[in-house]
Amino acid sequence: MDKSLSKEPMLEMFIFENLQLLEQLEQTILAHEKERCLENAVINEIFRIMHTIKGSAAMMMYDSISSLAHAIEDLFFYIREFHPDEMDYSKICDMVLDGIDFIKNEIGKLEQDQEADGDSSPFVENIEQYLLLIKEASANSNLINEAAARPAGLQKKFYISTSKSPPTENIKRYHALIYFTPGCEMENIRAFNLVHKLKDQAEQIDYLPADIIENNDSVEFIRENGFAVIFTTHLQQEAINELFMKEAFIDSLDLRVMEDEEWEIEQLRARNQIILEDEEPTISNNRAKETGANLHSGGSRQSLINVNVDKLDRLMDMVGELVISETMVALNPDLTTATRLDNFHKATRQHRKIINELQDIVMSIRMVPLTMTFHKMNRIVRDMSKKQNKNVELVIRGEETEVDKKIIEHLSDPIMHLIRNAIDHGIESPEKRAGLGKSPIAQVYLEAKSEGGDVYIILRDDGAGLDKEKILERARARGLIQKPDSNLSDGEIFSTILLPGFSTCDEISEFSGRGVGMDVVLKNIEAIGGTVLVDSAPGQGTTISLKIPLTLAIINGMRVKVGNSIYIIPITSIKESFKAQRGDVIVDPNGKEMIMVRGECYPVLRLHKKYQVKSALEDISKGIIVIVQNDSGSICLFVDALLGEQQVVVKALPKFIGKIAGISACTLLGDGRACLIIDVANLINPSKS
Amino acid sequence: MSEILNEVVQQEEDTQKGKFLTFLVGKEEYGIEIKYVTEIIGGIQAITEVPEVPEYVKGIINLRGKIIPVMDVNLRFKKEARDYNDRTCIIVIDIDELSVGLIVDNVAEVISISDADIVPPPDARAGFHNRYIKGIGKIGNEVKLILDCQRLLSTENLEDLKYIN
Repeated sequence: MDKSLSKEPMLEMFIFENLQLLEQLEQTILAHEKERCLENAVINEIFRIMHTIKGSAAMMMYDSISSLAHAIEDLFFYIREFHPDEMDYSKICDMVLDGIDFIKNEIGKLEQDQEADGDSSPFVENIEQYLLLIKEASANSNLINEAAARPAGLQKKFYISTSKSPPTENIKRYHALIYFTPGCEMENIRAFNLVHKLKDQAEQIDYLPADIIENNDSVEFIRENGFAVIFTTHLQQEAINELFMKEAFIDSLDLRVMEDEEWEIEQLRARNQIILEDEEPTISNNRAKETGANLHSGGSRQSLINVNVDKLDRLMDMVGELVISETMVALNPDLTTATRLDNFHKATRQHRKIINELQDIVMSIRMVPLTMTFHKMNRIVRDMSKKQNKNVELVIRGEETEVDKKIIEHLSDPIMHLIRNAIDHGIESPEKRAGLGKSPIAQVYLEAKSEGGDVYIILRDDGAGLDKEKILERARARGLIQKPDSNLSDGEIFSTILLPGFSTCDEISEFSGRGVGMDVVLKNIEAIGGTVLVDSAPGQGTTISLKIPLTLAIINGMRVKVGNSIYIIPITSIKESFKAQRGDVIVDPNGKEMIMVRGECYPVLRLHKKYQVKSALEDISKGIIVIVQNDSGSICLFVDALLGEQQVVVKALPKFIGKIAGISACTLLGDGRACLIIDVANLINPSKS
Repeated sequence: MSEILNEVVQQEEDTQKGKFLTFLVGKEEYGIEIKYVTEIIGGIQAITEVPEVPEYVKGIINLRGKIIPVMDVNLRFKKEARDYNDRTCIIVIDIDELSVGLIVDNVAEVISISDADIVPPPDARAGFHNRYIKGIGKIGNEVKLILDCQRLLSTENLEDLKYIN
């Protein structure tokens, strides 16, 4: 039985749910740390997540997790209820992130069937102390506030507005009452649209009825009483008038400037119901308390379900079988005896079409967007830049690019390595950057895009770039480069930093050359059939591109015949194929065969000899030569015949057979036969793997 | 909850206990515990040869989308290879999540042998050296050799042989 399945379902659920919650929480915190404020919705979310974790951890008797969650919950309960002014957001974020790390670590232990035995008391103490601190601080400020004796309702800020709220002199408050043309229908949608347009120009928008979209009764209300909007803007009255009148189906508009007091009253009136639409759906304090936890995460909830990967694999196997059995039906030998098969063929065509579509869908299920992987990097950038006192911003693009689940698992580590390297070695200190006239905030771009069957992941920084001379010097000293300088392209020079011999050198970190663990990156990416390209411009930064295949599960292969066996050669590694004459082959004293193609000499490998296949062609002029290549060289493979190109589903060799030199995996052919996939890299350079 | 589960497992084990699938390899009749057997494939389908494995590993087959290795038990016991005919069967056994097909000359039946009727094989020092035999079961006048599946599949063994080859 599968290990993950055998785990107690309760525990599995606990691990799964909590990891998801923590991930969500981490994202939220990182996103809001940048804005240096915590919206009510965010506070509520943290509070809710911690509450959930506390509950489930307590139920599963993981006391250290539940007590930590409890402490964080307490902290945020206080923040939520009292809105203390003296808050060090960065510190709060640190504490919560530390807490998240601790819980994640504990859950990681559970996942590996270990005891969750970590001690969370230092964190708890830390948080409790801080809570006391802000309690004291805000007690002081509360006194001051009370002395000022302002009406309590106004003191509470209902929301912390986002970016655009510079208090300028000529901001005016307006009240607009809009009636739509009778019979235009969908008044509520139109009203919403209007508000949406207004958002670009105005701030602090409130409207009545507030729940225009959610509540269908609002249509009636708007028809009878009009749609009232209050907002502040720097625009002149005429401009606003124009803005409104551009909308279709507006019958009348009553726009007037409001006095401050009136404004406040109106605002409060509006806020007794549901309020504001901000950049993210924010819900007013009063309401959120009543309606409980489920509303405010609206944006982040998707209609997703989580499925065990094993089940998916099984589904894919079944579909593969379906394809094979379909072939068996359509090409059944018994059919040759039948006379008229028109209808049968029509039916099988339809059948095949459906099966193909089904196969596509199953494949697409395995595709996962890079979002999670990319967003994890936010944390690393944050921690690194804090530690190194560098101001680094991570710019993420193309996170929606989808890659096979199996590949994603292999990407996280290399990207993390590259980002660490970029910040550690690439990005200069803020002082140095200032001296060079660069923006004090360094940027690291993380971009993904798909091109053809490949996905490119590009990591670019605007740091110092690689020092070509020094790399060259180092590489020569270590004997990594043999060619003369004039023959080396920049790319070749930069690529030497990926070699294992290069990275073990300590002195590297003195200059901007990347060092630590680059060979690990290369190994990881090569393991999933990808390549790494390095480019750099001095003073402008370094770009590292990872080219990876979309999926590991399906490759394009060429079927070749050797004796009675069929092998698959990955199409990507085939350079060319040709018929050779007997005279083309040169034999060296050791009996090794070689062949000359356009002035270059390639070794010849007879596949039937390599794989001990009987009854294969021996005569080189009767068979066909296929030149395959990879990074480390090229080789000629001698096979009986090429049978054609086919997409094949890659399957691992059975454990019992283990690893076989020269064979990377196996697959199933259309007729249901199992067939081996050739490991080109191993044939070219057997010593390497 | 786990108690109930255990009970179910136990019951299942009980119904399988003492039952053996018997088959012919050469002249001898062998038995394997029924709990290891997942299915029997009648007739030999196309076997894809795999290089660099011992001779007795005939290759891999496609078992409804799952790729499993098959071994010829005749060759495994270092007997002469026999031609496959329509009585030849592949018994698929599953041990520790490892599925392997055993090519045997003929599948006979499922029989019950009580523990009391199983005697250990003679000592290796007495000149008996088939180490794949776990015991010898008596059914009336007949004798069945009970195979040790674990030993049969042990991969160390496979590796040893690889060396020799």
